[in-house]
Amino acid sequence: MADATVDENPAGPEVEPEPERRHGALVTESRGDVVLHPSRHEVVDLVRTLRDDEGYWMCLDVCGVDYLGYGAPRALPVGAGPERFEVVYLLINHRDRTRLRIRVQVPEHDAVVPTMFEVHPGTEAPEREVFDMFGIAFAGHPDLTRILMPEDWDGHPLRKDYGIGAIPVQCKGVETQP
Amino acid sequence: MSTVQTSEGAQEMVFSRKGMGADELLRELGSVLRMSEADAQTSAPPDGDEAETMIINMGPQHPSTHGVLRLMLELDGETVVRSKPIIGYLHTGMEKTAEDLTFLQGPTNVTRMDYASPLFNVLVVTAATEKLLGITDDIPERATWIRMLLCELNRMSSHLLFLATNGLDMGATSVMIYGWREREQVLRIFEKITGLRMNHNFIRPGGVAADLPDGWYDDILALCDAVEPRLEEYDTLMTGQPMWRDRFQGVGVINAQEVYALGATGPILRSTGVAWDLRRDEPYLAYDQVDFDVVVGSYGDAFDRFAIRLNEIRESIRIVRQVIDAMPAGDYRIQDKKVTPPPRARIDESMEALIHHFKIFTEGFKVPAGEAYASVESPRGELGCYIVADGGAKPWRVHVRGPSFINLQTLPHMMHGGLIADAVVSISSVDPIMGEVDR
Repeated sequence: MADATVDENPAGPEVEPEPERRHGALVTESRGDVVLHPSRHEVVDLVRTLRDDEGYWMCLDVCGVDYLGYGAPRALPVGAGPERFEVVYLLINHRDRTRLRIRVQVPEHDAVVPTMFEVHPGTEAPEREVFDMFGIAFAGHPDLTRILMPEDWDGHPLRKDYGIGAIPVQCKGVETQP
Repeated sequence: MSTVQTSEGAQEMVFSRKGMGADELLRELGSVLRMSEADAQTSAPPDGDEAETMIINMGPQHPSTHGVLRLMLELDGETVVRSKPIIGYLHTGMEKTAEDLTFLQGPTNVTRMDYASPLFNVLVVTAATEKLLGITDDIPERATWIRMLLCELNRMSSHLLFLATNGLDMGATSVMIYGWREREQVLRIFEKITGLRMNHNFIRPGGVAADLPDGWYDDILALCDAVEPRLEEYDTLMTGQPMWRDRFQGVGVINAQEVYALGATGPILRSTGVAWDLRRDEPYLAYDQVDFDVVVGSYGDAFDRFAIRLNEIRESIRIVRQVIDAMPAGDYRIQDKKVTPPPRARIDESMEALIHHFKIFTEGFKVPAGEAYASVESPRGELGCYIVADGGAKPWRVHVRGPSFINLQTLPHMMHGGLIADAVVSISSVDPIMGEVDR
C-alpha cells in the first residue's frame, strides 16, 4: 500500500519514511543509545539473533518499569503501543564496544514475557527480581520465585499502586499513615 | 566413579559425570540455581539410595559469607554437588525509596548500596542524571578529575578491604589486619576531602560538593608512597607463598564462555583472560587521558582473581599519581543555577541566589522526561544505573545494576565439584557486597 501511494504521488512531501527496523524490531535513539522495540513474542528470537549473528554475547541486565500514571509522553515509536509495564534488557557487544537497549511493552492484564534464560542464563536472577518487584511472570523460567522479598510476601513493591508503607509507631496519639 | 584404594578401604576420589543423562547433566552443570524446589524434590534420589546427598545451609550468619548471604549446599560427602545462593536478607527497598527522593537526594540513598565503594554508586547515579539533563559535556574539568581521583582512591580502599576479608576467610589474620590498616589510611583521606569516612555523597549532579581541602596533594602523595611498598610486602607474604598458592590455585575455576553467559563482569571476567575494563574500553570521566594497564588472568581461578585485585591497587596508585599531578584548576561544579546551588557568599548579597538555593534543596531541580543508562567500572564490575524521568524533580524509576548481584550467579559454577572448604574461597573471590546484592 505504501509503495502504491509513493507511485501515485511521487513528489508528495507527506509520505512518511519507512521506520527503521533491525531484525524486524523498531529502532529509536535515546541520548546516544540505540533502543529496540520488539513485541514480547519476538524478543527472545531477536536477542538470540543478536547473540549469534551480531556478537551481543552478554545480557547485562533485565529491569522492569511501571508506567502507571506516567505524566510525560513516552518515547516510543509508532507501532510499539504503550502498555503499563515495560521490561528493559541491556545487551553489550564486547568486540565492537556497542550496547543495545531493548524495551518490551507488557500489558497489565497479561503480564507475561517469555524467559531469556535459554539464550542468556545470566538473566535468571534479574528476571526473578522483576517478577518479585513487578509481578511480571517469565514463561519458561526454571525457578520463578521471589528473590528479594520474603516468600510469603503479598504484592509487588515496585508497582506504582503499591504504597510506600509505614511501620506502626508505638506512640500515643500518633496515627500511622499507610 | 573412579575408586582409589586407601588404608581405609576404597574411596571415591573423583566426582564423575559419566553415565548421566542429558537432563541430569544440564541440571548438574547449571547448578540448582535454575531448579525450583519442586523439581528438586522430584529429581532427588529415592530414599535409601547409596548416592544420597545432604543439603545444608551455610549462612546467613556464617562469618565467611560477607554479610548475610545464605547458601544452600547439596553435598555428596565433602563435595559440593549443587548450590543455590539465597539472598534478600538485606533488602531495604532502596529503588522504591529512590522514587520518593529528588535527584539531588538520590546519591545519598545509593551510597548505602555498595558500602565498600560508595563513591562509585554516587558517580553512576550522577552520571545518569547528568545524561538526562544533557550536561555531561559541560562538567568542569576539575570536577571530572576530582571524581576520578576519589574513585581510584575508593578502588584502592575497596580492594584493600577485599585483601583483608579474603585473608580472614583463609585464616590469615595478619593479612586482615594489614588490609584494614591500609584501608584506614585511605578512609582518612576521604574524611579529609569529603567529611565522611563512608557514605560520602560527595559527587553530585553538576560536579562535586566541595573543592579539595588544603594540603590534599601532600596527603595523597604520602598515601601512595606508603601503600606502594606495602604491596610488595603482600607479595612476599601471600603471592609467593606455596601455602597461599595451594589454597587458591585451581579453586573456583570458571571459563570465559560461562562468564559471558552468566553476565558476570569485573575481576571475574578479567580472570578468564578477557581484557574488558570500562575505564579503557568505554572511557568515561577522563580515563582516556591517563595511562594504566588492564590486569587480566589466564586460569579463571580464585588465585587469578586475588592477583588481579592486588595488581589493580598498583594500577590505581599509578592513576592517582597522574591525576594529582595533572589536576586542572578551575571550578569544581557547573555554574548552572538550575542544577547546582549558588556559592555560599552569593546568598548573603543576592535575593535570587537565596531563592535558587532554597528551591534546589526543597523542591529539587526538574529533569527532562526520558530514560538514560550510565555505567562505570566499579571494583566489582560494571555498575550501571537506569533512570526513567517524567519531567519532574523526582525520578520515575531508578534501577541500579549491582555487579555483585549478577556476579553471585557464578558461585554455583565455581563451587560445583569442589570441596566444601573451597566454597569459602570461591565466595571470597567473588567479593560480593550484600548491600548491593539486595539493595
